[in-house]
Amino acid sequence: MLQTRRTVTFGLAAALGAALLKPLSALAAWNQGAFQAKSALDGMKALGITNAQDSGDIVIRAPDIAENGAVVPMDITSNIPGTTSISVFIEKNPFPYTGTFEFAAGAVPFVHLRAKIGESTPVRVVVAAGGKFYTTAKEVKVTIGGCGG
Amino acid sequence: MADPMKIRATLQGDVADVRVLMAHPMETGQRKQAGKAVPLHFIQSITAQLNGRTVFSADISQAISRNPVFAFKVKGAKAGDKITVTWKDNKGETRTDETTVRAGS
Repeated sequence: MLQTRRTVTFGLAAALGAALLKPLSALAAWNQGAFQAKSALDGMKALGITNAQDSGDIVIRAPDIAENGAVVPMDITSNIPGTTSISVFIEKNPFPYTGTFEFAAGAVPFVHLRAKIGESTPVRVVVAAGGKFYTTAKEVKVTIGGCGG
Repeated sequence: MADPMKIRATLQGDVADVRVLMAHPMETGQRKQAGKAVPLHFIQSITAQLNGRTVFSADISQAISRNPVFAFKVKGAKAGDKITVTWKDNKGETRTDETTVRAGS
C-alpha cells in the first residue's frame, strides 16, 4: 500500500477535526483515545487491557489470504466461560483498534464482522472474561489494500 | 435519513442467529477524491436488544467495511421475539430498525 506521511497526517487531522466539531455528549462511551491510538499496544493501554494471557480457547476464523482488503470477513468465537467482551485489533492498520463487542443477557460470545485491512497483518483478538484478559492472533495476508483508492 | 437496515433473525434450537446489514459509507478519512481527503464518516456504536433488553453492543472504528455486516447469537430466544438494532455514527446520525425472530427450518 502506498502511504505517504501526508496522507497519515491528513487522516489524523480529519479525525481530530471531526471530533472537535461534535458535541461531547455523543462521545460519552466511545473511547476516543483508544480508537486514535497508532499501535495496538497503545490502544490496549487506553482500554485498560493489561496482562492478557495467550489462550487457545479463542477461535478466529478469517481467510489466510484476503483478496480484497476492503472486505475481510471474520468470525470470532470465545470458548472462555464468562466472556463479556471481544475486542479486535488489526495491528498494521493506521488505527489498529477496530472495535469492542459486548455480550449480555444470554448473548453467545460470537461475532461476525467485515473489516478493512490495509496490508498483511496479524489480527489480534482480546477477550475479557471474569475481569481477566485473554488474547490470540491470526495472520491475514492481503493482496489489495483496503485503504485509499 | 439513512437507508433501513436489513435484519434477519432465525432460530436454531433456542439460539437466535441474528444477521444485520447496515447501509453506511464508512469513510475512513484516508481516501481521497480529486486530491482532497473525504472526511471521516462512520458508525461508532451499535446496540441490539431482544424484547427491549440489551444483549449485544459494539463500539467500532472506521476500519469496519462499507455497508457493515454483523452477526451475533442470542440464547433463549423464541419465535416472535422482537430484535431491535440501533446504530449511531460520528455525525450524530442514528437509525433504528426491528424484526421478529423466525422459527428456523
